[in-house]
Order: sequence, then structure tokens, then C-alpha cells
Amino acid sequence: MTDYLVNATGLKKSFGATCAVDDVSLRIKAGEIYGLVGSDGAGKTTTMRLLVGALLQDAGEVSVCGYDILKQSEQARSQIGYLSQRFSMYEDLTVLENIRFFAEIRGLSATEWLPRSMEILEFVGLGKFVDRRAGQLSGGMKQKLGLASALVTRPRLLLLDEPTTGVDPVTRQDFWQLVIKLVSQPLSPTPLPQGEGQGVREQSEGVSVLISTPYMDEASRCHRVGFMKAGKIIAEDTPSNLRARLNGRVLELRGSPINVLRHVAHQDEDVEDVAAFGDKLHVRIRADKSDLIINRLPDEIKAAGGTITNLRVIPPALEDVFIALSESSHD
Amino acid sequence: MTEPVIVVENLTRLFGNFVAVDHINFEVQAGEVIGYLGPNGSGKTTTIRMLLGLLKPSDGKATVLGYDVFKQSEEIRARVGYMSQKFAIYDDLTTLENLTFYGGVYGINDKARIQHTLELVGLKGHENTLTSSLSTGWRQRLSLGIALVHEPKLLFLDEPTSGVDPTARRAFWDLIYQLAEGGVTILVTTHYMDEAEYCERVAVMRDGKLLAMDTPTKLKESIITGDVWEVYAHPLERGLEILAAMEGVERVGLAGDHLRVISKRVDKDAMQSLLSRESISVEKIERGEPTLEDVFLSLAR
Repeated sequence: MTDYLVNATGLKKSFGATCAVDDVSLRIKAGEIYGLVGSDGAGKTTTMRLLVGALLQDAGEVSVCGYDILKQSEQARSQIGYLSQRFSMYEDLTVLENIRFFAEIRGLSATEWLPRSMEILEFVGLGKFVDRRAGQLSGGMKQKLGLASALVTRPRLLLLDEPTTGVDPVTRQDFWQLVIKLVSQPLSPTPLPQGEGQGVREQSEGVSVLISTPYMDEASRCHRVGFMKAGKIIAEDTPSNLRARLNGRVLELRGSPINVLRHVAHQDEDVEDVAAFGDKLHVRIRADKSDLIINRLPDEIKAAGGTITNLRVIPPALEDVFIALSESSHD
Repeated sequence: MTEPVIVVENLTRLFGNFVAVDHINFEVQAGEVIGYLGPNGSGKTTTIRMLLGLLKPSDGKATVLGYDVFKQSEEIRARVGYMSQKFAIYDDLTTLENLTFYGGVYGINDKARIQHTLELVGLKGHENTLTSSLSTGWRQRLSLGIALVHEPKLLFLDEPTSGVDPTARRAFWDLIYQLAEGGVTILVTTHYMDEAEYCERVAVMRDGKLLAMDTPTKLKESIITGDVWEVYAHPLERGLEILAAMEGVERVGLAGDHLRVISKRVDKDAMQSLLSRESISVEKIERGEPTLEDVFLSLAR
């Protein structure tokens, strides 16, 4: 019946004169990883807080798994796991005690939470550390404990607010593997002990994840990405479709001296943007001009006293796309 | 020929029996932009702290801007700038007041120089803005300004653009390159490949050792010697298991809606037919480009 686990329309939220979320509509399908991408202050966290019902919207509607977040908040919230940016854990409690705490405030009985918690802790790789105090965990392990706590009610919708800030790439990779596994292979296909009330979930229905991040390397792992700026979603699509918007419009330019290349490229009337990437430049050009520029630029650079070692069309990166979109959204 | 800005020879630091930094060697030239990467606990911060003269090395040699880190740490500290994401900006002061305050800490009371710094980081016109009302991108510019007010020849940046969007990040890096053109040497530590890709050379540390240091392009060429494939298949998990066990496949990872495979001498058809034989439906298999993250993951494991 409900095709979308999250269905939000026309969300608005202002704080005083600041419009933090401005007419945001968002739909997330079962089994989808949706990335909300934007800078601090773009409205990502406010959007998430509206979706979980932690904030009251000024306008618009939110339903989660078919339940209205305001009118049927109990049912809606029982489907949600939320890992906030500054999620708290009790450092002097053990891993298992922390999970137990979160499970019990969510109303789970001991017969429910214990087998579940063990399964989840195994899943996130903390199975061997149940008796370790949370304060003694490394950053990556703390994060996994946070994830486990958010999963203990076995939510169908998981919201992760910048979960990998300050975490190194190896740990981040592990974390993402968990998130992707969660979506492609939901936890606990094994039946749980009796008394499992609302756990009737079809196995084919995966968990959905909404994740916020300011980083493109994370965005590129999502199934779909919405780019937020000043409270609005200014673009939304799969990473590959987003990248395709700039096909043929990003050139890689190498040579020396790099300053000369850069200044000359900037001067070209068909060049929209030049960015230095270490030993090379990325040049964004107007549509259908690549042949023209590839022919013209070497002469221009030569005339300015520079040399080119390589000039080619490259596959656009998400970052290129977002920069192009942000610029056009100013108008 | 000018002398390198940083020369590190067999630099080592022990904490008890633990070798935090293990005989590392490298040089950095004036005006270079260097990225410094490594998992938590790999020795990055210890290295930086030794270079800043905040921590005494246990062994080896290092000079920064020609000064010995063992004996001349005061000289070094007076000539380097440091920008941390956790940098304290006074929210109830204006941008100009913050700059003036930190200038004073370094003994700089010259108003013209403060103004110059303000212009350099593009905050002119925002002198009287309370910093509490600045966006993250602007706050980062102010932090950079504070790190630059004493005109350092060497600048350390710790995850400088965390929390900003790509547009602000690019504007920030334009500024960094402008500084580098002016001869300032820049060392950036980061966990994010978005930032690392901007650096001219990238160093990767693990377990106290410097594993590699080169341009992003050369790192990709030399470390990722196999082919990169993006495999869109269903179910993904099972596909991962099968490909991970396939001969010639070096690494498989889940990447959202597809698998990222790094392999040697494995062609597309071989993967396709193996997956089909195991009743995995294959939507498409495409070539991918190696990323710095691939490099990092191959080195860090």
C-alpha cells in the first residue's frame, strides 16, 4: 500500500527570521539509502528532526511507514531509529548495559532486547566487547555502538545524521559496509522468540536509510542523493544520473607552470570554472564545447609560456555537479 | 636551489614501548601542498606535533624552516600557523576583534597587517559581523585568517573544510593555492578524500610508518595496479561473496547500489558468466576510475 517509507511534502520550518527548511518534499523507498548532502546550516539536521517528529513543522506533512508523524506519532516513531550527531552513551556502562538502557526506554522487555541486542552487536562487530565499558571503546567502536543502539527496536527507517564525522576512512568503510548490508539484507530473518508483536515484516522489505553528510565521497555511496542548500533541495537523483548531467563538460588539464594554465583557462570564454586539484586542474566548460576547447587551449597556453602534458575529457565527479548546481541556484 | 621547508630523517617517537612514529623520512619543498592521511592512531598527529616542536622526538632528525625541532622549537612555533577545526573563535566578538585578539597573542599590533589578513581571506566587508552569525564556510575563513595573521611560512591545517559544502570547500582551496603560490608551504591532515584530492602530494601513514608519499595520480597508478569495475548485480551481498572468492579479484566492496571490484586479469565477461552461473542477475558491469580512497584502503589494511 505504502510505496514510500518516508513521504514528506511541503515541509517548512523557521526559527525566528531564519527559514531553516523551505518547502522540502522527500520520498524514500523501502531498501533505499538516501543521502542528504549540504553544508552545515543547509537544513539537513532540521529536516531529519522534522521527519522523526522531534520538531514541529510550520507547514507540510510527514508520514513514516504510512503513519502520520503528528497524528500517529507512537506508531510512526516505533518504526524509526535515529542516530544524531551528538548521540550520547554512558561511558561508565558496558556496551551491553548501554544497549539495554536504550532498549528499555523504548519499552522492550528483557526477553525481547537480549537476543536482539546480541544479534545486533554481532552484526556491528561488537559481539566480543559486550562487557567493555563504553568509555574504553575507540572512536569507530563507539560509533558502532551508536548504530547498534539505534537498531535495537529494529526500525524500518534509520536516520543517520553525519555519522562519520571525524572517523578515519578505514572505519568509515566498515561503517558503510554495515549500512549497505542492513539495507540489502535486513537483520534477523530468523524468527524471534514468541511475544514478538509488530515484528511481522516481510523479508523482502529492506530497511531504508536517510544519511546526511557534507562529503561527496559519502554521497556517492547512496542510492539517491538530495542536495540541500539554504533550506531547499535543489537537486535530487542517483549519483550516476547526477554525474551524467555534466558529461563531456569536465576536462582534466595537466602541464606547467600550473598558475599559467590556470589563468589562461580562466580567460577562455567557454570555461565556466577552473579548480586546482594538486598536480592537475579540472576545467568545467560550456556544453558541446569540448572539441573546440581541446583544440584551442593548447595554443593559448603556449602563447602564455606554458606547456600542456595532458588535456582530456574526464568523467565528472559529484563535486563538479554540485558546484555547478550551486552556482546556477544563485540566479 | 632553496632548501626544503621540512626535512625529516628517521624521525621516531616512542610512548613507553609503543612506537608511535617509526623511522620516517620525507622532505617538503617551499610552496608545496601536502596531504597527510592515516587511520586514527597511525602516528599522524604525533608527527605533526613533533614538527611543530610540541613534542620531543625519541630519535632521528627533523628541521622545519631550517630550524632543528630538538633545539629550536620556539623559532619554529613563531613561524608556523596552525588551523584546527576545533579552533576557538570568540562568538561574541566580531571578525575584526577576533583577528586583532589573536594578532595580539603573536605580538602583532599593526592595524594594516590585520586589515591585510582580513582581505586575504576574503572577509573584507564583514569586519563588524559578530562571528556567531557567520556561516561555517566564513568561520573557516576566519580561522584561516587567525592562523595567518603572523604571516607564517608554513601552515598546518587539520581537516580544514569539515562541515562545508563543495562550493565553500573549493573557494577555501582556491585561497590555499593562492597562499602556496606566494611561497607558503601547506600541510593538511584529513580523513576525507574530498580534501586529499586537492593536495599536490599525499602521504599515507599506518602503524607509525610512512607507507607512501606521492601525487594523487601517481599513487593511484602505483598502488592500484589492477582494474576497477563497478558491478550492478542483484542480490548484492551474494554477488560480493562470489566475486570476493574469484581468482584474480583483489578487493570487493559494497558501494551503495553496486559492487566496487579491484581485480587483475579478470575480464568483464568472466565476472558476468560466473555471476550468472550462480543465479545472480547482472544489470551491468562498467569500468571505474581508481580513487584515493582505493589507494588508502589498499595501504591501510
